[in-house]
Amino acid sequence: MSEPAGEGDLTADSVSEAPASEGAAIEGAAIEGAVIEDSWRRLAGVTPARIALGRAGTGMPTREVLRFALAHAQARDAVHLPFESARMAGDIAALGFETLELTSAAPARDAYLRRPDLGRRLSEESRALLEARAGAPVDVALVVADGLSSTAIHAQAVPFLTAFKARIAEAGWSVGPVCVASQARVALGDEVGERLKASACVVLIGERPGLSSPDSLGLYLTFAPRAGRSDAERNCISNVRGEGLSHELAAFKLAWLLKEALARQLTGVSLKDESDLLLVGGRPPTARIGERDQSVTRRSFPAG
Amino acid sequence: MAYRTVAGSQTYAFADLKDLMAKATPLRSGDMLAGVAAATAEENVAARMCLADVPLRTFLNEALVPYEEDEVTRLIIDSHDALAFRTLSHMTVGDFRDFLLSGSATSEVLATIAPGVTPEMAAAVSKLMRNQDLIAVAKKCRVVTRFRNTIGLPGTMAVRLQPNHPTDDPAGVTASILDGLLYGCGDAVIGINPASDSVPVLSELLKLIDGIIQRFDIPTQACVLTHVTTSTEVINRGVPVDLVFQSVAGTQKANASFGIDLATLREGREAALSLNRGTLGDNVMYFETGQGSALSANAHYGVDQQTLEARAYAVCRPFKPLLVNTVVGFIGPEYLYDGKQIIRAGLEDHFCGKLMGVPLGCDVCYTNHAEADQDDMDTLMTLLGAAGVTYIMGIPGSDDVMLNYQSTSFHDQLYLREVLGLKRAPEFEAWLQRMGITEPDGRLKTQRGSHPLLAAAPELAA
Repeated sequence: MSEPAGEGDLTADSVSEAPASEGAAIEGAAIEGAVIEDSWRRLAGVTPARIALGRAGTGMPTREVLRFALAHAQARDAVHLPFESARMAGDIAALGFETLELTSAAPARDAYLRRPDLGRRLSEESRALLEARAGAPVDVALVVADGLSSTAIHAQAVPFLTAFKARIAEAGWSVGPVCVASQARVALGDEVGERLKASACVVLIGERPGLSSPDSLGLYLTFAPRAGRSDAERNCISNVRGEGLSHELAAFKLAWLLKEALARQLTGVSLKDESDLLLVGGRPPTARIGERDQSVTRRSFPAG
Repeated sequence: MAYRTVAGSQTYAFADLKDLMAKATPLRSGDMLAGVAAATAEENVAARMCLADVPLRTFLNEALVPYEEDEVTRLIIDSHDALAFRTLSHMTVGDFRDFLLSGSATSEVLATIAPGVTPEMAAAVSKLMRNQDLIAVAKKCRVVTRFRNTIGLPGTMAVRLQPNHPTDDPAGVTASILDGLLYGCGDAVIGINPASDSVPVLSELLKLIDGIIQRFDIPTQACVLTHVTTSTEVINRGVPVDLVFQSVAGTQKANASFGIDLATLREGREAALSLNRGTLGDNVMYFETGQGSALSANAHYGVDQQTLEARAYAVCRPFKPLLVNTVVGFIGPEYLYDGKQIIRAGLEDHFCGKLMGVPLGCDVCYTNHAEADQDDMDTLMTLLGAAGVTYIMGIPGSDDVMLNYQSTSFHDQLYLREVLGLKRAPEFEAWLQRMGITEPDGRLKTQRGSHPLLAAAPELAA
């Protein structure tokens, strides 16, 4: 709706009764001046922040309101789209991993969001499933958890695991079944890792979606996983996605941390990610299967 | 001491004062998560009926968090102003609500009683109040603070310009600052949440913001929102620091999870005061709070999250802060589930802070896993504008690209000024006019061509 031209034109009737040609002229002028563009638009090139949007009166222009609404819709969908657990398990099995489908104690999304504690515990059925499967101890347990973004897992889990599989082969680690877990939070991996007798647990999880990053994957590494571990005892690699940290680089960093964790028998605040020192021109060295690189594991660290 | 009341056909018993307070709280997910919420709607109202009859003095004798274990309780009790409390000393919580709404509770009277109001009293009375009561009483409270401008005058609302960037890139941060200033934002503070916690990076950010403030002689202040001990260290290295920031909570144990205690805050404030950078006043602290922080640190003592939030304002109060804000929807749906709960919490926090004499602003915000959207934020900011909120956030397009949440935008404050007639801090308003950014009526001037402020980004001009 265009604004009425003056006090005398406040009723809809008086507008509609205006001669057609005059009405069209008012409308045209109103639309032309409605959006005030910002003269500093070129600043927008140096930041992802939504600057220099222009304005319609005091509000955002229609195009910006819709652009924002779309980003919010994508972030909302990332939280609420059903997790395709069976499809993910199939895709991961096709990479050559054994898989298991697990559920947390949170029966549905609503309960998951209200009760973080339920998302950190296994359902009774999944506990039984793991008990039946547990075999010999392994170096690492892998958990693929929907977390707060099933979109992230759908998009990033397979390409990341493809990259990480090469690192596993290079290091010669034994892995348990890849556990695809629904309605899961990071700490669910503690119980999974413990039951699979794993020295360390890696949880791939959908991160809390941002407006410009609905599909971001987080990686959490915990040495000696067992129920009750605190977040200070984990290492985290965040923002794994197309526009963020690449799958290759994330796999390299995780492998570096895992090697250190197994060698030093710890994860958390006292294990700092220094894998950047090994990058060549910002890229990770290629995985060399069969040649175990001992130099990293044997590096000495200051005490503390 | 146990409390009992009859409601409907049932007698309700409450184990102690904190049980009564928790069950009287309007329902929210955080109290359910903590297992302290009322089990039924009737129990919730029964608790409110019972709470209405509790004398205010009870709160001076029955600590919700043990005095011996908690320095925040000791601060509240030991610094209580008995003289200021005298007017209220005969009242019950229900009487207190009636009094606050009455014509007797003028702005002057409310300022006089503020030091006599403990956070538990403020929280208790808020539980009996509807949203309109929270707005009506807060609107009467005056809390004015000064550093390089005057914040909190009647009819004004300030804005924190929040130019966050995912990698603290100086050009990106500068671009957001200029955009915000050209939209008339930044009188509360130009305050950035850094992605980094490294001292050299923080020092560069402080110099960057201070450089812009000095160059254009902007009557405002800078802040880099990092840990208080880091700010102290930066000050010791001779870097310009206007405001010292810290997140605070309502129990000693929760504060310990932030790595602070009252002594740490005192040291931070003394370090900031030693620089003597304020031109109009010496309110040098900036605090942030939010319902649920104590529970998330497992430091809630079975007390409801809204009461603990009011206790956080008691932590702020002795440090004479320039700004305090409740980051109301940031913590997530396990504490405040949806728009309704976020809106209620924002109004409660603002009311409690103002009643206690604290300059309360609000980060009107939500995350993408909460049942909330921009419409809920429009509602809350409009209500807070009506309630006389000290300040809100200004974030480019509402989208914080570093912290991944949505808050109020540069546009939003323009909307509030337009519909509610709210002005900026007067010194800043005058500066905007001098710079040709606003018209005499405070509305934005249409900029044609390059504005002189853009010279602050020479590398962008090429």
